[in-house]
Amino acid sequence: MRWWPVFLRNFRVWKKLAIPSLVGNIAEPLMWLIAFGYGMGALVGEVKTSEGRVPYLLFLASGSICMSAMNAASFEALYSVFSRMHVQKTWDGILNAPIRLQDIVLAEMFWAAFKSIFSVSAILCVMGLLGVIHSPKIILAWPLLLLVGVTFSSLALIFNALANGYDFFTYYFTLFLTPMTFLSGVFFPQEQLPIWVQKIAYFLPLSQSIALVRPLFFDEWPTDWALHLGLLVLYACCAYAIALHLTQRRFMRAN
Amino acid sequence: MINPEVNLLSCVGLKKSFGPLCVVNGVSFEIRQGECLGVIGPNGAGKTTILKMLLGQLSPDGGRVSAFGAQMPEDALFIKNHLGVVSQFDTLDPDFTCVENLEVFGAYFGLSRKILSERIPKLLEFAALLAKAKEKPGELSGGMRRRLSLARALVNDPQLLLLDEPTTGLDPQARHLMWERLQSLVREGKSILLTTHFMDEAERLCDRLIVLDQGQKIAEGAPKELIGQHLEKSVIEVFAITDKESLMHSLSPHAQRVEESGETVFFYADDPSALLHALSGMPQLRTLHRPANLEDLFLKLTGRQIREGA
Repeated sequence: MRWWPVFLRNFRVWKKLAIPSLVGNIAEPLMWLIAFGYGMGALVGEVKTSEGRVPYLLFLASGSICMSAMNAASFEALYSVFSRMHVQKTWDGILNAPIRLQDIVLAEMFWAAFKSIFSVSAILCVMGLLGVIHSPKIILAWPLLLLVGVTFSSLALIFNALANGYDFFTYYFTLFLTPMTFLSGVFFPQEQLPIWVQKIAYFLPLSQSIALVRPLFFDEWPTDWALHLGLLVLYACCAYAIALHLTQRRFMRAN
Repeated sequence: MINPEVNLLSCVGLKKSFGPLCVVNGVSFEIRQGECLGVIGPNGAGKTTILKMLLGQLSPDGGRVSAFGAQMPEDALFIKNHLGVVSQFDTLDPDFTCVENLEVFGAYFGLSRKILSERIPKLLEFAALLAKAKEKPGELSGGMRRRLSLARALVNDPQLLLLDEPTTGLDPQARHLMWERLQSLVREGKSILLTTHFMDEAERLCDRLIVLDQGQKIAEGAPKELIGQHLEKSVIEVFAITDKESLMHSLSPHAQRVEESGETVFFYADDPSALLHALSGMPQLRTLHRPANLEDLFLKLTGRQIREGA
């Protein structure tokens, strides 16, 4: 539990700025939902999925909640972690106390996942208030979205460990996260993609997240849930192990 | 209670290379209870690398570090519980006030709120920061930030402090206040290891010094002893000479050693009377007669040339 005081440190800083940062966290995904959900939804009407025909608004809501979990975790684990690790040298100070590098990395990973689930919860509340979501099964989406946060914060920490500056993260977003958003069925069903793209896209972590979360929005149970859950846990564990290894290597170099 | 025979920390044969570059090459020393040990050396001599190895943040390629009866890096957490560290660059939390900085750092040591609420006002008083308790590091002067770093390093009541260039970049007032605080810590029985570039700082604060150059220890001892061992008692500096060659030629027989640096010539002698007599016949020269000091020793041992890449 040596990671806990480091987590609390981040919590304490965030508490000072929680409300303005929350506004930013919710506003963007809600704009997507309103612009696309109501605007496009009126044109599209219903979409055909493996769960049958569903309203586009709900289709988009279930996909974009996974995207929000991904983005919130990624932003925190890249920009904010990098500034604590490299710019402010906060980690160097912590390492002078009886806390190991692996404790800090674990704390940062959980912290990014926490921030992610926090904004996800806020968006879910607003969706509920707007009457977009009804299914009681969405309660189960919550722990799954926490796992999505853990997976993407671990993935982002790999790139944090390799970064020389903030510019590097632009590549991660534009070359990895944005294409993944389009390939994972956030905005349109994956069935629209060519078969060979579908086959590759199936293994993307965001596809796995959506496969678990989306049916719950329609009051259905996900099919092959153990497979999706298992893959997501596997991605999270592998990504975390690689991130930890690379971070330790980074700190063993002369600087 | 304080027994100067007891070693708090010792390292034996420390070695570290980064690629082909050997930064630390077989350094051994120990820190005794209640002493202030200074580590001096030019940039790139290996000072910061050694500190990182003492903290277990770099693993040595060879040699051992032990402290408080435990071994690095196996018992790093135990050892760091008894250490206080002020690193070369401030790592204070910019988002927290002085008090919050101390509270958060205390939590890293598992200290309870109760202990911290007793300790923190005392630490702020010690650091002369009571009036700034609610201000953030960005609102403090450089000297205040360094004192806050020192207070933070004391939050776990450590037996041994490791200070990496604690006064670099401070103005004279802030340096003197820092020195005074460090001396009072040594009087209280704390031990200090300090790296510095300032020879007046080393001479004033340190009971014992080790001189590093190119990753090796080239001298060790009390400041006065070292000066006595390696240097003549007096130095006469002669500035801005037009005819350097002939002056050196005529005065050299009276000096044990002569060094030149740019337009200045340094004459070293145990008995300067013959030199002074000769110079009294040349009133047009600007001269300075002073006892040999640590800076002379440092320059003698490590050379006057600027280190490439340092």
